[in-house]
Amino acid sequence: MKLPAGAPGAKVLAFGHYQPANVVTNDDLSKIIETNDEWIQSRVGIKERRFAAPEESEIDLAVQAGGKALAAGGLAAADIDLVIVATCTLETQIPNAAGRVAHRLGIDAPGAYDVNAACAGFCYALASASDAIRAGSARNVLIVGTEKFTQWVDIQDRATSVIFADGAGAAVVVPSETAGIGPVVWGSAGDKADAITIKDRHSALHQEGQTVFRWATTALHPIAKQACERAGVDPAELAAFVPHQANLRIIESIARKLGADNAVVAKDIVLAGNTSAASIPLALSRMIERGEVPSGGLALLLGFGAGLTYAAQVIEIP
Amino acid sequence: MAVTEQEILAGLGKIINEITGIPASDVTPEKSFVDDLDIDSLSMVEIAVAAQDEFGAEIPDDQLKHLKTVKDVVNFIQG
Repeated sequence: MKLPAGAPGAKVLAFGHYQPANVVTNDDLSKIIETNDEWIQSRVGIKERRFAAPEESEIDLAVQAGGKALAAGGLAAADIDLVIVATCTLETQIPNAAGRVAHRLGIDAPGAYDVNAACAGFCYALASASDAIRAGSARNVLIVGTEKFTQWVDIQDRATSVIFADGAGAAVVVPSETAGIGPVVWGSAGDKADAITIKDRHSALHQEGQTVFRWATTALHPIAKQACERAGVDPAELAAFVPHQANLRIIESIARKLGADNAVVAKDIVLAGNTSAASIPLALSRMIERGEVPSGGLALLLGFGAGLTYAAQVIEIP
Repeated sequence: MAVTEQEILAGLGKIINEITGIPASDVTPEKSFVDDLDIDSLSMVEIAVAAQDEFGAEIPDDQLKHLKTVKDVVNFIQG
């Protein structure tokens, strides 16, 4: 037997994102359920979010985001040989999303699998893509985080329906001579699995808000710091901090404890809601599009969510 | 030696001021977190976590919801 040489490193060549057209404001929601703009903004920091149309699937969202990432990176479908989709809101379990997304994008016969690490899914997929390239298992990888929460959330449950939303973000990961994607720090807390659940196929998403809030504001900043340490990066060197967009108060709490004093902190939740596995690439792609972060600067990504799962790594901004 | 009620009250005032911006002098024993101080459930979690760091007494979520006033928290911390 012999093994391929692989690549010395991997990097993100480009990001892409897609949001459904339908903008839903807090005032819109207050006409359906008992809530109001002030309550939502003060508790979670969201002003508006996007809901996909009933006929627009999580696959449709992923295809849009993936196509944009490929175009932004200047790669053709034929250049991709592995597609990883991070999602936890597929309408059905079989078939997986990755094969369908690849086919719709004209990517011929790639490796194709889904990752379910909920809101940490994109960081898990990114680590897997980087490892596959470094091990020689893939040349160029398309990873997509896509979620359609509206098909798993009960609109009458205001503990979830004001928070969760639909969207997709994607990245093209390619070989690199230098380290463009740092080592991942990942883990889980299965003892808290009950904190975020969909009980059975007839149930909607349920979240123990206080439990998750306490965990997120106490357990995660050490993980963020560890990801910096393992990459040999001081938090003060970061140009961007892009945590999962769960709740503005969680984002601000972790950012404060991390000490990333020179970083632009992603606050995409304000206009996008919580889109789980899509939130990190969606936020960073939009920050790049608006010119808020420098190409070549370092960004710390931190995903965390149901499972409970978490993952963090430093990347070079394309 | 156990911390005194006054020490806990002063510590809580400082914590609540840092988290919510409410003046520490407003944090008096009879005040209700929700009705008088307008502190929401997520801020209560942050206060509980900070109080644990300060005084070493863990306040679990299922206990936290029963602590309505500043005095309730002081009593809980004193055990």
